[in-house]
Amino acid sequence: MSQKSAQQKKTANGNGAPIVELRNVSKRFGRLHVLRGVNISFERGKTTVIIGASGAGKSVILKHIVRLLMPDDGEVLCNGQRIDTMSDRDLVSIRMRFGFLFQMGALFDSLTVAENVAFPIVEHTRRSRSDIAKTVAQKLAMVGLDGLQGKKPAQLSGGQRKRVALARAISLEPEIILYDEPTTGLDPIRSDIINELIIKLQRELNVTSIVVTHDMASVRRVGDRVVMLHEGHFVFDGTPAEMESCSTPTVRQFVEGRAGGEQLAGI
Amino acid sequence: MIITSIGRKTLGSVEAFGRFWSFGLRTMRWMFTGLFRWRNWQLLMPQLYEVGNRSLPVIAITGTFVGMVLAVQAYDQLNAAGFANRMGVLLNLTLVQELGPVLAAVMLAGRVGGALTAELGTMNVTEQIDALRAMGSDPIRHLVVPRFLACLILCPILTLFADFCGSMAGSWIAVSLKDIPYEPYSYYTMDAVTKWDLGVGFIKSVVFGWVIGMVACYKGFTCRAGAEGVGRACTEAFVAIFITILIVDFFISSFSAGLYKVLYGFKSLV
Repeated sequence: MSQKSAQQKKTANGNGAPIVELRNVSKRFGRLHVLRGVNISFERGKTTVIIGASGAGKSVILKHIVRLLMPDDGEVLCNGQRIDTMSDRDLVSIRMRFGFLFQMGALFDSLTVAENVAFPIVEHTRRSRSDIAKTVAQKLAMVGLDGLQGKKPAQLSGGQRKRVALARAISLEPEIILYDEPTTGLDPIRSDIINELIIKLQRELNVTSIVVTHDMASVRRVGDRVVMLHEGHFVFDGTPAEMESCSTPTVRQFVEGRAGGEQLAGI
Repeated sequence: MIITSIGRKTLGSVEAFGRFWSFGLRTMRWMFTGLFRWRNWQLLMPQLYEVGNRSLPVIAITGTFVGMVLAVQAYDQLNAAGFANRMGVLLNLTLVQELGPVLAAVMLAGRVGGALTAELGTMNVTEQIDALRAMGSDPIRHLVVPRFLACLILCPILTLFADFCGSMAGSWIAVSLKDIPYEPYSYYTMDAVTKWDLGVGFIKSVVFGWVIGMVACYKGFTCRAGAEGVGRACTEAFVAIFITILIVDFFISSFSAGLYKVLYGFKSLV
């Protein structure tokens, strides 16, 4: 599917102005051209899943959305405001509207679970200790981990670490949650728990979710919309059902998890 | 081809130099703007403990043994020349102006510099620094300023401590083991070691503290991915700090000696 038709389809399905938008975004790392004029917008209140091969640039897109990376060309907008040209001071209030679940959790090793979850609240609000403790307990309960406040990240399992990181990501009640490979490295049961949590948070908090993954079970479970990134462009934009019936070879190959002749030739 | 390669390397070096100073200026800016926030002081306390309290034993041992070695080495020569009573002058001036600041800084670079680079480097490769940014916090304010300030504040204090240990140990060797009378030993020492000498040692230690904190944090922040990247950053940080300390020491010593001559003239120690 061409980018233009994908864009038209999105606009037709959309419900008002997009909450996040990337316009003609290009990014290079040395000689590697990861994004080549990418255009995409994310609808409010929906879960969009970005799929693509490892190294395709999926996480790079997420990092552009909160300006952890700057585009070489193009614009990144949040609620119509350009964030790629915004001052660091103004960017703080924008970033507070996002929750970011990193691939490995990125919990602070030196802090306890409670301190990790409380971190954004302590940084950006002037709430009392008891109020913060109550919020931390509430957020941990939402991810099914209340009672682990005193533990250090090193004492937790991989799945627990991701759930604590998710509790931290929602501690300031963000409008948008970005998930970077939320189920990578987890067994199918733990993966399903994370998928359920993504659905639960979307339903209860009415957040906009952007999920980067190559776990097809996760795509089918959580996605309202699926986009596929390939060689710096989006080659598919549709619902999970449309993805299943898509005849584009690149998409089919990915959905079926089948290596092509070119990939197998290298073995 | 060769010219292109040289040009690219030169540009790369200039760019890295610019990035380092930009990093330094941002640290300075946060240091002053965050001075009146209680939360920033709360971040500083654990770093003061980590850098200061935990370095005390190694600094004490270094200072003590350097003082004792100096006393043992100097005694025979000075005694043969009939200047044994003035051994404290040589010993304490060397300690206060040179060996105290340099050795305390080198020990601190080894113990703290490497640890800071490894800690920040690990945080970098495990995306903890990105997580801070994504949550709207500035990692320089949160991670760099407390560590940098701890090095800046504690390097001079630890240097004074090393000077004290070395001086005490040296005088113990001189007075107790070499039988130099205490009265002339202390008289000549007090007469020769002035506030100027202490000041020069102090300025050196402040600059060395700046170098340790800044280079260690910068290397941690810019380290490459993986365990190899962190390991390499630690080695590079220690080598860069060590070389910078020696070069800066030479320039401060030369400048202070020249300035002293201009202001007060030549000072004879005998």
